[in-house]
Amino acid sequence: MKNFAALTRMRIQIAFRNKMFFFFVLVMPFAIFFLYAGVFAKSVPRIVSFYLGPVVAFNVMGSFWGLSATLVLFREQGILRRFHVAPVTAGDLLASSIAANYVLTLPTVALELFFARVIFHVPHLGNPVSLFLLISVGIISFGALGLVIASVTNTMQETQVLNQLLWLPLIFLSGATFPLAYLPKMVQRFGLFLPATYLVNGMQQTIVNAATPWSRYVEILSLSIWACLTFFLSCQLFRWEPEAKVPRRAKLLVAATAIPFLLLGFVENRSDRILREAHTAFENFTSAPSSPKPPSIGMPATPPSGGNPSGGHAN
Amino acid sequence: MANPILQVENLVKRYGEVEAVRGVSFSVEEGEVFGLLGPNGAGKTTTVEILEGLRTLDSGQVYVCGLDPQRDSDALKQEIGAALQATALPDKMRVIEAIRLFASFYKRQRDPQELLKRFGLDDKKNSFYSQLSGGQKQRLALTMALVNDPRVCFLDEPTAGLDPQVRREIYDVIEELRRDKKTVLLTTHYIEEAERLCDRVAIIDHGKVIALGTPRELKARSGGTTRIEVRLSKPASDGILKSLEGVVDAREVDGAFVLHSQRPPQTIVSLVKQLEAQDNDLVSLEIATPSLEDVFIEYTGRRLRD
Repeated sequence: MKNFAALTRMRIQIAFRNKMFFFFVLVMPFAIFFLYAGVFAKSVPRIVSFYLGPVVAFNVMGSFWGLSATLVLFREQGILRRFHVAPVTAGDLLASSIAANYVLTLPTVALELFFARVIFHVPHLGNPVSLFLLISVGIISFGALGLVIASVTNTMQETQVLNQLLWLPLIFLSGATFPLAYLPKMVQRFGLFLPATYLVNGMQQTIVNAATPWSRYVEILSLSIWACLTFFLSCQLFRWEPEAKVPRRAKLLVAATAIPFLLLGFVENRSDRILREAHTAFENFTSAPSSPKPPSIGMPATPPSGGNPSGGHAN
Repeated sequence: MANPILQVENLVKRYGEVEAVRGVSFSVEEGEVFGLLGPNGAGKTTTVEILEGLRTLDSGQVYVCGLDPQRDSDALKQEIGAALQATALPDKMRVIEAIRLFASFYKRQRDPQELLKRFGLDDKKNSFYSQLSGGQKQRLALTMALVNDPRVCFLDEPTAGLDPQVRREIYDVIEELRRDKKTVLLTTHYIEEAERLCDRVAIIDHGKVIALGTPRELKARSGGTTRIEVRLSKPASDGILKSLEGVVDAREVDGAFVLHSQRPPQTIVSLVKQLEAQDNDLVSLEIATPSLEDVFIEYTGRRLRD
């Protein structure tokens, strides 16, 4: 526990000295926040409120980029070797990455919520307990995903390719950038197999409908289980040495990270609960009298019934 | 004699098809500075990393401070200090932070400030790791190997790639460890380093110990002769050179002839006579007192250099 605390402190200290950190943790998230709230939502409080959950989820999910890149860099430079010869365990190192990332991400998220209230006059931020739980479990689980990515890639280049491959579906097919209800039906169904969809929907329901933690137990629980599973796998697959390559067994183990949401995806596809919620939120937001033409990002005024929105939007 | 603090018996390590370490055995007594001398790729680093518990062994037995590095890894790490090859710290970590952080991992700790002073890093304590020179980074690595006041220090090629001036600084540090009666296992491919710093040396080549003893013993084993290295304008056979006065051994190494002579002046005179008779010329001639390099050449027929 002492090592974990010392390593967490070190990681936070070093992050503050890194220019890239400021770009990814402050500039990028706020640029996206103001783009959605100020431009797409045209500062209309109710629309900002609709987008707030997805925007915060977007920020939270970004955790995996930083964690995977740092861990691979540490391994490539031989920094992990130095820790290996000291009485430090893989668990200490990995848990401290997650904890440091949590501490560093939380203020940005809190500021986004604060700005939403103060600058964009969002009427309320929903249930604070659900909000806190979802944000926390989101940062932790996506951080752990980053650690697994670092464990199954050998070089920084490979890591970045895999990050991109995961990032694009996670943000585009989950409702984080375009509302889920706005996506083609097939894509919506596919989205139910992605952890991101549960985070986005949970956040949105919490903010728009003040959903209680009990009503969001599926999202909170599934993301928590996923966080434990990915963290456990990242410890199992952890490599100290740069020349140690990924064993084939490891690649199979990684497939296990997909299992929870594969199962949940089947259940949710049968019940349609998430999709119904997403549609209702979208309908409420598009049909409200105060903003007859909501779609700040150029969406049709009525929710499409599975049609394909041709013409991608600038994100 | 007390039990050795470090014991290696028939150590074997394979990387796929390649046998990196092929039955290495040696032991080190407490307070000894022990050197593993050999060319790159001889298996020195692999041996050391097995002792540190960083790598598994394929067969043989290894004990460090009476502990098995694989089974008792946690306890062992408390007892050892290591300056590894190919390692680094985060660029934006300050020297003092690194030392404090690593010290905090151990039950037994030395005062970071005192260590910094001792290794001449006091004025660099607030510098970032990325701002240090190669020599300073290496001194920091040595300092960090001592934060837990270890019983055994592993120094893997502590001076590789450093210029002679900095190398001498590192030698002073190691001499100091000897004065402190620390047990040190040092790997090197520099003859001078092994001769100057080590109480005993194991010469390693192709994963095997080919000679072991104090530098003096090893050199004596090569006959206590003077080494005469000559280059000739035309090839000459070993046979002729062996028959020169005072020569006990002659062999060709990398295009030069290395003669070991018990009476160097007479050898040179007879060499010149022989060459004149054969219409051959002397291109260069070097005379050296015997070194561990000669021991290496004697056993392997090759030089130790890369």
